Amino acid sequence: MEWLNIILQGILVGGLYAMFAAGLSLIFGVMRLVNIAHGDLIVLAAYVALVVTDTLGLNPLLSLVVVVPVMALIGYALQRLVLNRTLGDDLLPPLLVTFGLSVIIQNGLLELFTADSRKLQAGAIETASIHLGGGLAVGTLPLLQFAVAVAVIGGLQVLFYRTALGRAFRATSDDQPVAQLMGLDNRHVFALAMALSLAVVAIAGVFLAVRANFDPSIGPARLIFGFEAVIMGGLGSLWGTLAGGIILGVAQAIGAQLDPGWQLLAGHIAFLVVLALRPEGLFPKVQG
Amino acid sequence: MPEPLLEVHALDAGYGDFQALFGVSLTLAAGQVVAVIGANGAGKSTLLKSIAGLMPSRRDAVMFEGAAIGDVPAHRRVARGIALVPEGRRLFPSLTVEENLLIGGQLGRAGPWTLARIHELFPVLSERRAMPATSLSGGQQQMVAIGRALMSNPKLLLCDEISLGLAPIVVREIYARLPAIVGQGLSVVIVEQDIVQALAAAAQVYCLQEGRVALHGAASSLTREAISAAYFGV
Repeated sequence: MEWLNIILQGILVGGLYAMFAAGLSLIFGVMRLVNIAHGDLIVLAAYVALVVTDTLGLNPLLSLVVVVPVMALIGYALQRLVLNRTLGDDLLPPLLVTFGLSVIIQNGLLELFTADSRKLQAGAIETASIHLGGGLAVGTLPLLQFAVAVAVIGGLQVLFYRTALGRAFRATSDDQPVAQLMGLDNRHVFALAMALSLAVVAIAGVFLAVRANFDPSIGPARLIFGFEAVIMGGLGSLWGTLAGGIILGVAQAIGAQLDPGWQLLAGHIAFLVVLALRPEGLFPKVQG
Repeated sequence: MPEPLLEVHALDAGYGDFQALFGVSLTLAAGQVVAVIGANGAGKSTLLKSIAGLMPSRRDAVMFEGAAIGDVPAHRRVARGIALVPEGRRLFPSLTVEENLLIGGQLGRAGPWTLARIHELFPVLSERRAMPATSLSGGQQQMVAIGRALMSNPKLLLCDEISLGLAPIVVREIYARLPAIVGQGLSVVIVEQDIVQALAAAAQVYCLQEGRVALHGAASSLTREAISAAYFGV
């Protein structure tokens, strides 16, 4: 029963990793951009939430109504003013520029907020839990986090495959020149995709900051978790990122139970095993 | 002659160091069908790309309804009423047949063409609407590509080698629909290697040779000898 509980907790944490991964996967899918600053943008969202909760006195979960639009705006501007200029046949310029962005965000946050660990206080919900019987219990917050992750990925799935915006994303990803012939301005489409990605980042950042301490340096590790979840799930598959996130979460939970020092290692090993057995990931998108 | 819809004036275009077009001029009146013929590499596709905006050019090299649009990006030219059926069809593989058509009409320009009208023109597309576009046969894919361009309700339709890679019977079937399309008041530029098809469909013919207009005239007035001389440069 103890193990069942551990696996359950791992699954719930996996929802958070899936949200890290979904934003990353979306950007790569639409414009073949590998965003090295993704983890730092998650941390940036956490700090934006910190400022919003401090100044407006909002509950962190309520602060999302401000943090999500703010991050989406940052995403749109970032893409229009900087990242669009790096896109082309060469994959290297966007990698270098987002790497530089990662350094800038980390140091900027360090200047503004110091290296102190911070945490968002969500109140009673943090310690509330639901008993499932048989000695099993899940925290209300992790459960909410997982439900939000499923809703976010389900929402993205609907947006991509059922709406005009999703059609524009897929068409631009398929063939940029012909998408322009349809009247789509690819610079605008890419900026909307980045705005959407950072809206998801905002949600992930707030849950991260409520769940545990954060400081300006933890971004790159979140990037790795996101990458691992994307690759395990299969590039281009949104539901795959949820599966990848859950595998990562469960592996880490089991590792931590065996020895607290093995938590991260177990996650990386699970990633390597999946990569060795199924290099294309668990749910690769079939290309037509 | 009424005010021309499209005027290409002394257009130069190229890729990097390679110049593909040298001072090409072309005029098209509203409701007219013009054919551009020529051998491989004569610059036909480059000419269409320059008109559609995929290749930037001198501002006044392309005039549309009296406005200089040579430096207007492609996505804005669609809004003005210029649509291109690209060479090789270039359908969006991750979109279904219907989604490919819908994205063609996503600007919502007013006009006669709707999804229902496209289905009337090419009934097979209605049956295959939910299939991935690239799972269709070549001829059906070409119908999607034409339908996708029509969905933007253009004033000017540019067709780049719509017969390429298709069986002759399919080509005839597609060209048989052309009058129904032109009947809606559309002007059409047809780029073709298939000279017979082009001459039958068009009123005016331009023959390109190594990036220059080698011959131009009414389709009925040009002799076979004159055309083959201009085509092959012999």
